[in-house]
Amino acid sequence: MFESLTQRLTASFARLRKKGQLSEADVVEALREVRVALLEADVNLRVVQGLVARIREEATGQAVLQSLSPTQSVIRIVHEALKETLGGVSTRPPLSGQDLTVWMLMGLQGAGKTTAAAKLGLLLTREGRRPLLVAADRQRPAAIRQLELLGQRVGVPVFAGSETDDALAVARGVAVQARRLGRDVAIVDTAGRLSIDAALMAELRAVKQVLAPRAMILVVDAMTGQAAVEVAQQFRDEVGLDGVILTKLDGDARAGAALSMRSAVGCPIYWASTGEKPEALEVFHPERMASRILGMGDVLTLIERAQAAVDPAEVRRVEQRLRQGTLTMDDFLDQLRQVRRMGPIGDLLKMIPGLNRVLPKGTSIDEHALVEVEAIIQSMTVRERQHPEVIDASRRRRIARGSGTSVQAVNRLLKQFEDLRRLMKSQKGARRPGVGPIGPFGPRLP
Amino acid sequence: MPRWSEIAGRLRGLGGLRALVSRRRPDAELLEELESTLLLGDVGVTATERILEAVRRSPDEPANALRRELLQALGGGAPLVRAAAGPTVTLAVGVNGTGKTTTLGKLAHRYRAEGRQVILVAADTFRAAAAEQLEVWARRTGAGFVGGSPGQDPAAVAYDGVEAALRRGLDDALVDTAGRLATEHNLMAELRKIHRSVGRAVSGAPHEVLLILDAGFGQNAVAQARRFTEAVAVTGLVLTKLDGISRGGAVVGIASELNLPVKLVGTGEGVSDLEPFDPEAYVDALLDTPDTAR
Repeated sequence: MFESLTQRLTASFARLRKKGQLSEADVVEALREVRVALLEADVNLRVVQGLVARIREEATGQAVLQSLSPTQSVIRIVHEALKETLGGVSTRPPLSGQDLTVWMLMGLQGAGKTTAAAKLGLLLTREGRRPLLVAADRQRPAAIRQLELLGQRVGVPVFAGSETDDALAVARGVAVQARRLGRDVAIVDTAGRLSIDAALMAELRAVKQVLAPRAMILVVDAMTGQAAVEVAQQFRDEVGLDGVILTKLDGDARAGAALSMRSAVGCPIYWASTGEKPEALEVFHPERMASRILGMGDVLTLIERAQAAVDPAEVRRVEQRLRQGTLTMDDFLDQLRQVRRMGPIGDLLKMIPGLNRVLPKGTSIDEHALVEVEAIIQSMTVRERQHPEVIDASRRRRIARGSGTSVQAVNRLLKQFEDLRRLMKSQKGARRPGVGPIGPFGPRLP
Repeated sequence: MPRWSEIAGRLRGLGGLRALVSRRRPDAELLEELESTLLLGDVGVTATERILEAVRRSPDEPANALRRELLQALGGGAPLVRAAAGPTVTLAVGVNGTGKTTTLGKLAHRYRAEGRQVILVAADTFRAAAAEQLEVWARRTGAGFVGGSPGQDPAAVAYDGVEAALRRGLDDALVDTAGRLATEHNLMAELRKIHRSVGRAVSGAPHEVLLILDAGFGQNAVAQARRFTEAVAVTGLVLTKLDGISRGGAVVGIASELNLPVKLVGTGEGVSDLEPFDPEAYVDALLDTPDTAR
């Protein structure tokens, strides 16, 4: 993996420190590292050049040179510059009060327009709106069917016209259909296109003219490289562009395209799509994005995921049992599942700033070990789960066979569990505020 | 290779680099321009620095040194592998939206035109209407079709499809898989299972595991290639949506780091817009970079 900017700068300044005082030449060296980090995050070269020039101006001031931690000073300046470029508060496209609001989605092939349309439909429904999905992609085989299935899944009606309708004919039917179904927002899924396709661009313009949308929204893949700028400029110049939805942000792309888009095209990023589930559409956070592009971890997202995955009542129950020393294997299993629900452990660790520096390079988290623990517990009887002390050698052999593991693995788990119980008992009486759901298990997980 | 010249023709604003590269010695201006061109083509910082260093040191004219470096990084063209006997099984893998289904549809068209008997297998049981999309391709190209029901185990569907190809004595089974982000541990495990089950249906299969990459992808493509290679034995890359603006330069780094040849490129929306990869033509197209982002 690429090193994060923090690591690079720390290494670079450490070298320089040995010489004594930092000079302006040293700052230039640091800026080179900033440039590389931004390019590796897929920020467009021209945007990088502009940013670096701006950062140079701010960083050559005396403050950085004399500060105790030049790394932190430079990082702060870079982070601020990115945040500002990405835009302050998150915005969203306008909705009309009375009339039908139309939002058009457009983009290159495979960016995720159809999925984004369905996600928007669900989001608006939850906000008390009555959306209608419009299948204006008449190019890709089965695109209409895909939208219909997704619409069903999120409970939003889909208007697809008749089979032989072209995009324009469908567009002409939208107003009537929306009135008939009592719908107040139409989300229009259009055909994906390669960057240069005059015919489809013309189609897009014609559809736009019929529908008079309040927003033209470009759907952009977070993995997009240098071409992001030129693509967005083309859509802006040929059909008009108001804002962006960034998709597939749940991968490990640094998504520098977000920065390019904002800086070179000047339109806001409305939402970020972060998973395959229909709910996975989040408000775009410029600050988190700045951290992500710089490879600085993302504690806020981690906390949000934990809140989404963990049931507070459950946490209190387990905490109480821990205090009383009456924890069962079932509780253990629940905890394990809650942690796993937050996503692959490796991803979670990456969100913790600085941790990638502490962990040796190439550290991989053995998710399989967690699966093994789950299998072992599931091979226990109810009585065994509640009173693990009854598990004798014969039961251990049975559990090992049942879970497809070894007696050693069963022993290991039982030992860990016993240690945990003993630890908790010894803490009884001692006040331990803030025993979170992960806390006591953290260091124990295999 | 007419399509290639067409791509190069679509590129605007060339010339500057051409003139510079024809210089005798690599001066600072040339190297800087070269760096911009490679970076804007998504070649990436590491690969770009390595190439520039080689050009700087080379006693040859910069133009020759540059071409040689790029071609060396890409490796030679590699033909698609055929099974010695029985059906040839091809698996398409990759992240969401790169064009796996479309690529297999175009490949089916190509094979049908060569007179082969083909079956398309929809082992993507996750994405809504993915099977229908592939079925349309089957009808269009006169290929057979096997698909599962939504949510069915994709490994079982893949097995059935490949087994059917064997039983019916067909030449090719083209197996489509669901798009997955390389960071999804469970989905990568599912992919390994599909790979195994295909091998149980026909020994030696899959003969080709094609990683489908979007030419618009930046440096994350390198991480993707790394992770997919770790999960299953990828045999080659397919660069899709190569249209002049999206130049797919990330394959330069991928090909040299992972030793994976680019086997095919998708160049357009037509059914026949899938070509064997021609490294020389690609390098020329990559270097004729327009720069409208200024």
